[in-house]
Amino acid sequence: MPPGPEDVTDFGARARAWAAATLPEAGPGLYEGVFRTNVTEEQEAAEVGRERQLQRMFYEAGFAGVCVPREYGGQGLTPDHQRALNQALAGYEFPARLQVPTFTPCLAILLEFGTEEQKRTHIPAMLRGEELWMQLLSEPGGGSDVAGALTSAVRDGDQWVLNGSKIWTTGAWFSDWGLCLARTNWDVPKHRGLTVFILPLRQPGLEIHRIEMLNGSREFCQEFLTDVIVPDGDRVGEVDEGWTVGVRWMLHERLLYESPLVTFASSASTTFASTSFSSLALAAGRRDDPSAQELVGEARMLDVVAARLQERIGRGIGAEVFSDQAAAIARLFKGTTSARTRTIAFELAGTTGVSWTEADGVLADRGLDYLMRQTGCIGGGTTEMARNVISERVLGMPRERSLDRDVPFRDVPRGPSSSPAGRPGG
Amino acid sequence: MLFELTEDQQSLRETTARYLSNVVPVDQMRKLREHPAGYEEEYWRQGAELGWTSLLVPEERGGGSLSGGGLLDATLLAHEFGRHAAPGPFLPCNVAAAALGAEDPARHGQVLAELLSGSAVVSWCFSEGSPGGHRPEGLSLEVSVRDDEVVLDGVKRPVESAAQAGHLLVSGRTGDGLTQVLVPTDTPGVALDPMQSVDLTRRFWEVRMDDVRLPLDAVVGEVGGAGAPVEHQLQMALVLLAAESVGAMERAFDMTVEWAFDRFSFGRPLASYQELKHRFADMKTWLEAGQAVTDAAAVAVDAATTDAAELVSVAAAFVGQYGGELLQDCVQIHGGIGLTYEHDLHLLLRRGTLNRGLLGTPALHRRRIAELLGEREER
Repeated sequence: MPPGPEDVTDFGARARAWAAATLPEAGPGLYEGVFRTNVTEEQEAAEVGRERQLQRMFYEAGFAGVCVPREYGGQGLTPDHQRALNQALAGYEFPARLQVPTFTPCLAILLEFGTEEQKRTHIPAMLRGEELWMQLLSEPGGGSDVAGALTSAVRDGDQWVLNGSKIWTTGAWFSDWGLCLARTNWDVPKHRGLTVFILPLRQPGLEIHRIEMLNGSREFCQEFLTDVIVPDGDRVGEVDEGWTVGVRWMLHERLLYESPLVTFASSASTTFASTSFSSLALAAGRRDDPSAQELVGEARMLDVVAARLQERIGRGIGAEVFSDQAAAIARLFKGTTSARTRTIAFELAGTTGVSWTEADGVLADRGLDYLMRQTGCIGGGTTEMARNVISERVLGMPRERSLDRDVPFRDVPRGPSSSPAGRPGG
Repeated sequence: MLFELTEDQQSLRETTARYLSNVVPVDQMRKLREHPAGYEEEYWRQGAELGWTSLLVPEERGGGSLSGGGLLDATLLAHEFGRHAAPGPFLPCNVAAAALGAEDPARHGQVLAELLSGSAVVSWCFSEGSPGGHRPEGLSLEVSVRDDEVVLDGVKRPVESAAQAGHLLVSGRTGDGLTQVLVPTDTPGVALDPMQSVDLTRRFWEVRMDDVRLPLDAVVGEVGGAGAPVEHQLQMALVLLAAESVGAMERAFDMTVEWAFDRFSFGRPLASYQELKHRFADMKTWLEAGQAVTDAAAVAVDAATTDAAELVSVAAAFVGQYGGELLQDCVQIHGGIGLTYEHDLHLLLRRGTLNRGLLGTPALHRRRIAELLGEREER
């Protein structure tokens, strides 16, 4: 008789023992934010290299791809096993950068839509930490209107030629492969002329430009594709049916840390990367100031509720009580919460929030975080888009009127800022 | 509400929902406005038969939970009470039942039996109007032992259904510790003054205890040893309040969504305006978030996990603050009709508003969360 899947409790105990014996303990602030400014390119590259090694250790110990089928290098277990692993990892280092977007949405999309060959080639390599993936989805002229992609793919025999530009890829400069949404038909309405491709990021014709954000961070990239050749075997899904893939793609993206494909260190009631607001108040000398205590309590409240909400939505979608669209509920809450908690941190920092030295410890940089406050409400689909999804798809309210629905994409009105030449006069 | 209810839980919830719809529909609720107790005795007695008083009491003492997690089961009822803004001393009776149910079986058995059957009401006297009077460490009503008597002096307010209660479960201070005493309401020295309340049917009294003397066997638990039980009772009470408020939020939200589809202005339904759609999206998010954290708090208190106290205050702070915003936004979207006595919305607004302040405001719970966080980080 073949052995059944390992009991969740046993699996969790095994994971805890392995983590304690193998993984370094996570230092304070280790995973605070991805938009850091105090890390050089060399340091970052070294950290990525180190996380690839960590991922390899997970793979070799049988803790990579817990919910990925065994034939693609995973463990073939359940979301409950993944949750047990996440709990076992509380307090330890783990390959944080490799999770999103490599495992969700990229691996998730390959699992759902990839050919057998694509899955066998790439998924084990992802799980071993050898392939980091990026999503080539947003475009400079697109914003939230993802289906309005202008990057074009033109068929040339058994290959495709891609031209255009993608933007807001996090860390494309240290990544290996990309999942790319491109327009293959301009004579049909916008959702019906898209196709998805996969392509290596290091190749001639693909130029990666790092974008400097207002706080000095250079994590985000823009890619320029000039006659990039993609063999037809690297197409994902059917020609012109890329939006079918795209809809699932964005759902997997919204699931984030609730995705059963993602590993992250959790503890029972704290969110991942939760700043210690209590230590901020202490550092500011406001430990006993009731108004500061209220702010600390509010920030902590929002963090705890966000984690519980995400868990509820994840479980609800899993149990099919909620539609997949309900992921927008957790996304909206996370966005508004991150904006509020950054404001609170800035408020607690007081004058040190606007002018500081390295010696100010946890109070330093809070002003920069505040300047970047809206990040969480913009990235991964804006909170306005989430509100549309919730009201229209979850509550069934009437859709907003749009002018691009039933006309060929080439006839859809486009503003001057999205013309191929860029800005007017540029 | 949880996703995976057992058959028993489902049946408990549905039976209560049906009973409340039949026995206290909204026109009946309006009649209860002038009722001195705010509910009919028979209504409460039949409710007790449906399991309203027994979930927090062990089976061997005449109670019994459905799932092993009595508080989680009780939140299902509280949710329905919220959806209907239902009358009756649900909160004080359940807390008192939990306290008496944890006693040695030889003590207070008769009072517990009457409480479980719904033939008598026992109310929990905890809050004091003073600053800090919503926390066990802030209580100042004095409980002292003189010779073979226990003596109570002080004021409790607001005390729910005090005039209907045969007994009062009083939590008070003995030196550095707390003591709980089961006081017959007609004991000399006990005086009740009715208070006003924002709720339509839930009634409150100020209870004064002036040299109230009882034999020592009126004590519940140990003299000076009630700190932990009182904290536990408070946690259960806060979870039940949050669960009830989430029920009220859900019903108000449902009513307002329906209104948004039915009400046309400028030739289109309210539900077609993006500005309103986005507010509904926010409200839906607060509703799900409130449900999520309340369920988590109930599970944590049932299992006595180390994060239970924090989750309870998080639920109280969040549901209090965002529940208030949601209910007021429902009024706003209804327009003037939402402020009238004739419309049903105010029943839910009242219930959420009462619960928001009954055992500590959101601001006080935010400070409590910070206090717990600070304590944990110092360890």
